Amino acid sequence: MATTEEIQSGLAEILEEVAGVLPADATPEKSFTEDLDVDSLSMVEIATAVEDKFGVAIPDDELANIRTVGDAISFIEKNQS
Amino acid sequence: MSDIVVTGLGATTPLGGDVASSWAALLDGRSGIRQLTEDWAADMPVRVAGRVAVEPGERIDRVKARRLDRCQQIALIAAREAWADAGSPEVAPERLAVVVGTGVGGALTMLGEDDVLEERGPTRVSPMAIPMLMPNGSAATIGMELQARAGVHTPISACAAGAEGISLGLDLIRAGRADVVVAGGAEACIHPLPLAGFSRMRALSTRNDDPEHASRPFDQDRDGFVLGEGAGLVVLERAEFARARGAPIYGVLAGAGVSCDSFDMVLPHPEGSFAALAIRLALRDAGIDAAEIGHVNAHATATPVGDIAEAGAILSAIGKGAAVAGTKSMTGHMLGASGAVEAIFTILALRDQIVPGTQNAENLDEDPRIQELDIVRGAPRKVTMRAAVNDSFGFGGHNVALVFTAA
Repeated sequence: MATTEEIQSGLAEILEEVAGVLPADATPEKSFTEDLDVDSLSMVEIATAVEDKFGVAIPDDELANIRTVGDAISFIEKNQS
Repeated sequence: MSDIVVTGLGATTPLGGDVASSWAALLDGRSGIRQLTEDWAADMPVRVAGRVAVEPGERIDRVKARRLDRCQQIALIAAREAWADAGSPEVAPERLAVVVGTGVGGALTMLGEDDVLEERGPTRVSPMAIPMLMPNGSAATIGMELQARAGVHTPISACAAGAEGISLGLDLIRAGRADVVVAGGAEACIHPLPLAGFSRMRALSTRNDDPEHASRPFDQDRDGFVLGEGAGLVVLERAEFARARGAPIYGVLAGAGVSCDSFDMVLPHPEGSFAALAIRLALRDAGIDAAEIGHVNAHATATPVGDIAEAGAILSAIGKGAAVAGTKSMTGHMLGASGAVEAIFTILALRDQIVPGTQNAENLDEDPRIQELDIVRGAPRKVTMRAAVNDSFGFGGHNVALVFTAA
């Protein structure tokens, strides 16, 4: 089980790799689309990378509800096995 | 009718990362063909190819690059060079068009994502797969970069596509649909599948131990083409538009001719009759007499039948008077980019009044048509000339000829 800090830093790595987001900017209150300029195709790539990294499954209808970095962290925390 | 002038050039080729370095290497007679060193190449019947001299990933922002197929990356690099070279024209977006021909577009993405599909299943295929593999992706990438809104086009005509791109650019300006067009071609498909497919057609040279001498246009020992990759883009403008903004002018795209053999999917018509038709149409379009043509940058892929058919076409449409160069001897065959890159070489030949030397044509084919041509071999030759032709032919029977005149 990854800790919240590990999840946040792992997510930040993915955001940097896929969308060029600086790790310092990947804070929980940030909206992926509005603050971090992540488009819908990149969100799909990020979701895939999150699934692979944290062993979670993110169904499409759940992905639509993940709007902020914090939403993603909570989702991973709840669903990681 | 107003002239259409060339004001910017951009290219990335097996000879160099830009136009200047590619042209310098060409005049030096250097080869861009190398042995393939990838693990997969060990089992291939063909193990030589011409990769671009400068890797595109080093020249595009990393996050942007990962969303672009290699073909789109090199198209973008060449377009940026051409646009800057033209002085970044101030043109209304609605008057700026883009045309980028290609043979297969994002083939490496298609093949790579198919591997992902087979190995990891449909949920691991990239959401960027479609925009990266679609053949119009290169033109669209450049269109977005330059905010071109007068239409973004992609002729798909195999190895004639780059030349057809330039021909379509000419048409768009003449038809009044654009004042400025960024036109050319791009291709990047060095991968086991295209290599195996061309190899099964017996179209590729198997001179695996001697890559620099593998591409031998017009030589009696030629045994096929060498697969290359690259991109070439030119900036075309109405002459009045270019002069009004004080643009430097490389030369005039005086005319274009397009025909199709409609004879065989892959074999050229043996007499080159319809390749000759394209050249005649281009000369007529340009209003230039065949005797005025000082130089032909030939398609000259170094296949046994293709070079002979082309020699017949050149003799029939132009005669013996033009100095002929087969620059694929150094670049390899960049497929859908080759016509555009060779158009750039043709423009530079006119500017510098020099014809590059064909390499590896040590013993000319004994066919009388090849014997009759004035093929420049080895070192380049100084030639005084006003006009030159670049011809390109593609599987499917496509023939395109472009006529350029000096500025």
